[in-house]
Amino acid sequence: MIMDDLDKKIIRAMQDEFPLVAEPYKELANTIGISEDELLTRLQGYKENGQIRKMGAVLRHREVGYKSNVLCAWEVPAERLEAVALKMSEDPAVSHCYDRNTQPDWPYNVYTMIHGHSREECEAIAERLAGQNDLTNRAMLFSVKEWKKTSMRYFTEENQ
Amino acid sequence: MTPFDKQLLNVLQTKLPISKRPFADMAKMLETDEETVLERLKQLKEEGYLRRIGPFFDSEKLGYKGVLVAVKVKQGYMEEVAEFINRYPGATHNYEREGRYNLWFTLLTENEMQRDLILEKIKALPGVENLINLVARKKYKINVQFDLK
Repeated sequence: MIMDDLDKKIIRAMQDEFPLVAEPYKELANTIGISEDELLTRLQGYKENGQIRKMGAVLRHREVGYKSNVLCAWEVPAERLEAVALKMSEDPAVSHCYDRNTQPDWPYNVYTMIHGHSREECEAIAERLAGQNDLTNRAMLFSVKEWKKTSMRYFTEENQ
Repeated sequence: MTPFDKQLLNVLQTKLPISKRPFADMAKMLETDEETVLERLKQLKEEGYLRRIGPFFDSEKLGYKGVLVAVKVKQGYMEEVAEFINRYPGATHNYEREGRYNLWFTLLTENEMQRDLILEKIKALPGVENLINLVARKKYKINVQFDLK
């Protein structure tokens, strides 16, 4: 699907604050300068075409009790990659699971973000995943410091 | 948080309707009324439980290219390197981590040329010993979602 200027304008506006009022889309449509029906139709279209992958909210995990997380990189044999990645994705403690290319000094191909209430719980979850999937080599990339965490701003004026 | 709040957040995480009265529709799912939903959401937002409400876009379907980058930074240079990376709007997550690659960031750019240009600049910074890019071949799960009980 080709994005026209109105699509970009809509996407830009939808990244601003979502109004907590009875008719939020009407308010957003007014800001954009289109009708509410046009906005609803376009948004439905983005959802059907996958440009919107979810409509909802992201919570602050620390506030809801998940105080620890680890990026765990796994070395998974190529012939088992698909099966292992699918199995790990089913685990509720895993929020992200990607297959990535490797590098000469970095053999890990599957990346999972694991969430727990403590570092020990994250370790235990990784240990369980290793056992369930018969994996021996992993890198536990616990964070030491958060330097930046933001949402991407798509189609902003500055990167047009 | 009350049990109702948890139910409300479980619904809100993935099921915000695209409709004229989205919060009335959510209220129906939760067997309550629109006013209660709005009131509780405003309160939860104020208390800091919500990072963002609205659509979450698939960057690639919007035409952007994404990559995870791992950098090996020499001791004493971390802050300078991290802050240089942070200046790019497409660098959305940037974490110092345990391990031989000690700085990890995600980068979204409009094309691969722009990406290569940025990575060349970072690679040339003082204190950067190595930099590898890890491009996603397949995304199996991308869902920051918590089942609140």
